[in-house]
Amino acid sequence: MIKCKTSREIGGMGHSIKRKEDDRFIQGKGNYVDDVKLPGMLYMDIVRSPYAYAKIKNIDASKALEIEGVVAVVTGKDLEQYNLHWMPTLMSDTQMVLPTDTVMYQAQEVAAVIATSRYLARDGKEAVRVEYEPMSPLMDPYKALDDDAPLLRPDKEGKTDNHIWHWEAGDKEKTDSVFEAADVVVKEQMHIPRIHVASIETCGCVASYDKVENHLTMYMTTQAPHAIRTVIALVAGHVGLTEEKIRVISPDIGGGFGGKVPVYPGYVIAIAVSFLTGAPIKWIEDRSENLQADSFARDYHITAEMAGTKEGKILATRFKVLADHGYTDASANPSKFPTGLFSIGTGSYDYNASFMEADAVYTNKPPGGVAYRCSFRVTEAVHAIERITDTFAREVGIDPADLRMQNFIKKEDFPWQSPTGWEYDSGDYHAGLELAMKTVDYHALRKEQAEKRAQGKFMGIGISTFTEIVGAGPSKDFDILGIKMFDSAEIRVHPTGKAIARFGTKSQGQGHETTYAQIVAEELGIPAEHIQIEEGDTDTAPYGLGTYASRSTPTAGAAAAMAARKLRKKAKKIAAYLMEVSEDDLEWEPGKFFVKGAPEKSKTIQEIVFAAYTNHPQGMEAGFEATHYYDPPNLTFPSGAYICIVDIDEETCDIKIRRFVAIDDCGNIINPMIVQGQVHGGLTQGLAPAMYEELIYDESGNILNGTLMDYLVPTAVESPSWETGHTVTPSPHHPIGAKGVGESPTVGAPPAIANAIVDAVAHLGISHLEIPITPFKLFKELKKVGYFK
Amino acid sequence: MKKEITVTINGTPQTLEVENRLLLVHLIRENVSLTGTHIGCDTSSCGACTVLIDGKSAKSCTVLAVQADGKEITTVEGLATAEGIHPIQEGFKENHGLHCGFCTPGMMMRIKELLEKNPNPTEEEIRWGISGNLCRCTGYNNIVKAVQYASAKMRGEELPSTEPEFVS
Ligand code: FES
Ligand code: FES
Repeated sequence: MIKCKTSREIGGMGHSIKRKEDDRFIQGKGNYVDDVKLPGMLYMDIVRSPYAYAKIKNIDASKALEIEGVVAVVTGKDLEQYNLHWMPTLMSDTQMVLPTDTVMYQAQEVAAVIATSRYLARDGKEAVRVEYEPMSPLMDPYKALDDDAPLLRPDKEGKTDNHIWHWEAGDKEKTDSVFEAADVVVKEQMHIPRIHVASIETCGCVASYDKVENHLTMYMTTQAPHAIRTVIALVAGHVGLTEEKIRVISPDIGGGFGGKVPVYPGYVIAIAVSFLTGAPIKWIEDRSENLQADSFARDYHITAEMAGTKEGKILATRFKVLADHGYTDASANPSKFPTGLFSIGTGSYDYNASFMEADAVYTNKPPGGVAYRCSFRVTEAVHAIERITDTFAREVGIDPADLRMQNFIKKEDFPWQSPTGWEYDSGDYHAGLELAMKTVDYHALRKEQAEKRAQGKFMGIGISTFTEIVGAGPSKDFDILGIKMFDSAEIRVHPTGKAIARFGTKSQGQGHETTYAQIVAEELGIPAEHIQIEEGDTDTAPYGLGTYASRSTPTAGAAAAMAARKLRKKAKKIAAYLMEVSEDDLEWEPGKFFVKGAPEKSKTIQEIVFAAYTNHPQGMEAGFEATHYYDPPNLTFPSGAYICIVDIDEETCDIKIRRFVAIDDCGNIINPMIVQGQVHGGLTQGLAPAMYEELIYDESGNILNGTLMDYLVPTAVESPSWETGHTVTPSPHHPIGAKGVGESPTVGAPPAIANAIVDAVAHLGISHLEIPITPFKLFKELKKVGYFK
Repeated sequence: MKKEITVTINGTPQTLEVENRLLLVHLIRENVSLTGTHIGCDTSSCGACTVLIDGKSAKSCTVLAVQADGKEITTVEGLATAEGIHPIQEGFKENHGLHCGFCTPGMMMRIKELLEKNPNPTEEEIRWGISGNLCRCTGYNNIVKAVQYASAKMRGEELPSTEPEFVS
């Protein structure tokens, strides 16, 4: 049970109050970017490359321009005149806005058609003739460094191969020596497949440049409006578009999941065309364009090794990664972290030797990768550690639950220093796994499994006990393009005691309008229903780095609490003045200050706020507002214990999830209903790559499943009825003890499912299966081990 | 090529001149500015564009506007009545059946037909019933709950609890 400090009327932390934003969404009154309509607006469509790697010989727009209503066709050569044909990526690489001579992946933008309607823009797109000279693409990242591989980025000075960067963490020498001396060493090769966020709303914008005012308003599907404003100013400053002349509005967003962090070429072209024509330009991509060209996620090839004792003590881990970034490194990571927070991959276990390294290469695939519902490459890391832990358990003949219990970092050992340099803030891993095991009756399941196995039936039980790392991040290490990764809140309380609070983050369905109000309600005792939340407009909101990587609660949520505490201090002074007592004699209970020992003498927060405007103490600033920029002292480390039970048809290999229990620990909970909703959604997005989703390319660079017809987003039928629960271990350094939850389930679910499926067939000699594990893949593996003739 | 058509949208008849190739979803969103109906794909896969045509749910991205000539269209904007929001809308709000809200209008229109045909569906029937509508945010658990709530309310039965349930 979650204990609440405030009444249901106030609706502070711990209450499952219903969401404030829902009224507009359920009545069709949301305002998404494609709903924005401006007078004189033109539409943009994009011509895309059918080839993965080709020289552009010629672009002939004449037929397109003959169509009535087609206003312009823009090519890379046009943008080149303004030096806008290339743009920087967040990882200091470069990406084409439109190519001048070479296309680097199938579906890459080649030209843009501007017309007076959506349909005419599409007609124009069909009429543009592009002549290509196809070249043989580089699709296999393992071949990227071969001597005969084509040099993909000759545009980069001094580049002589397709290697992007090398990264390391941990202590190589120490780890190698532990491995050498260890009784048991296990190793698996695994691929975390290239996948796509596939938010149901695609990306798009309306760029509206006012020539008279020299002012750009950019309505845009972005998770980080302020950062975008700064980026536009940095890229377009040389043509006079300086930061005060730019307003980015991120309206309602139909799901983001990291896919709406990057700046895509379409946005830049729309801005450039609006700048040149003075007309508002709307660009809304199709689903197929979205799947085929927008940033992918994952695509890590990992060699994972674990060393330990025969008794099952984990001693060391060693991970080697090959990262396929496509033709440019367009990852959305903090600047200093090319592999994101992959080094969290040492997991929830107590050992002190680990070494990780990664190399990134260019291929002829779309650029990325984004942190898809994941705090920067944590999903990849967690899959590696949780899979290899199971292999190790099997090798030493210990039940995977027992082995985990035996190796967990103990509750009393926090804060705990990880061998790759993180300080885990808090956790109670044993309690989480105990609760999960009790819920499913683990030991009875193992008995059932043994019986089923004796009858030749496949049943598997999979566990994943992961540690996440979220809330980026402390300014000493974390920045994006140099801007530190703090976040902000500004609270204004009106004379009648109602408030508006604004944030630098941007909800894409997470329910910020409700949860932020609850945080302010918790701290100030003003009912949440009287606190209006606003985000996404750079003209009004304080500067912030946006919403992704489960950072909103850890950063902006903390900022809200800190700003509210500033106000409470002021409230105390006013209360003391109003009641003519000393501040020391006052005590707070949610909603009012009262005199110690005389609770009938009190002032409500509403009375105090009113006085701040009508009768404030002389010498004190009038009004009742506060702003806070919160720079977290550390990251937060949510954790979880997930158990998945599968039944597999021994003839068709059809895989059925019988039960899935997820116990999460995200510290103190702001709204249990919303946290649970986040977990349900994240679990389904974890199920997706575990069993269904992967972007597949053939050798010629064609994407084989670039539409929603064949890219298998789970429906309600594939998704099981999720069972969720929690343990609560507050973060000791966070003002409200919260840790962030949005991503834990996406991170924790895939290995639980993979472990369950492997567990069902491990007795036949299968130790690993690559996700997504489809019936056909399983059939092939079973054939390899001789189960099928 | 243009053609004049008359469609009744949320009870109001409208006569419009439309291009033959115009999709119904664009007629709804652009010609009559009802933007509650969304577009999530180009392959008839997601269901974000679902509306009712003569009471039957249909993906309006897969229907030409001219095919709707003479028909009654209901969109999400037509769900609520003077008495207030529809039990399905209430079910979604009370049970946290939506996050970003992008799939929600289409999902609710699909459910409207589902509950009319089958007023008391089992969980399995609900899941199959909405399997032509994708939601990327909710994981569907709470959409199922929302439908069960709406079903109870529409049948005049006692409403199920809307408190989240946790294992403990
Ligand atoms: S928009 Fe996806 S089915 Fe109509
Ligand atoms: S609520 Fe976002 S897609 Fe369903």
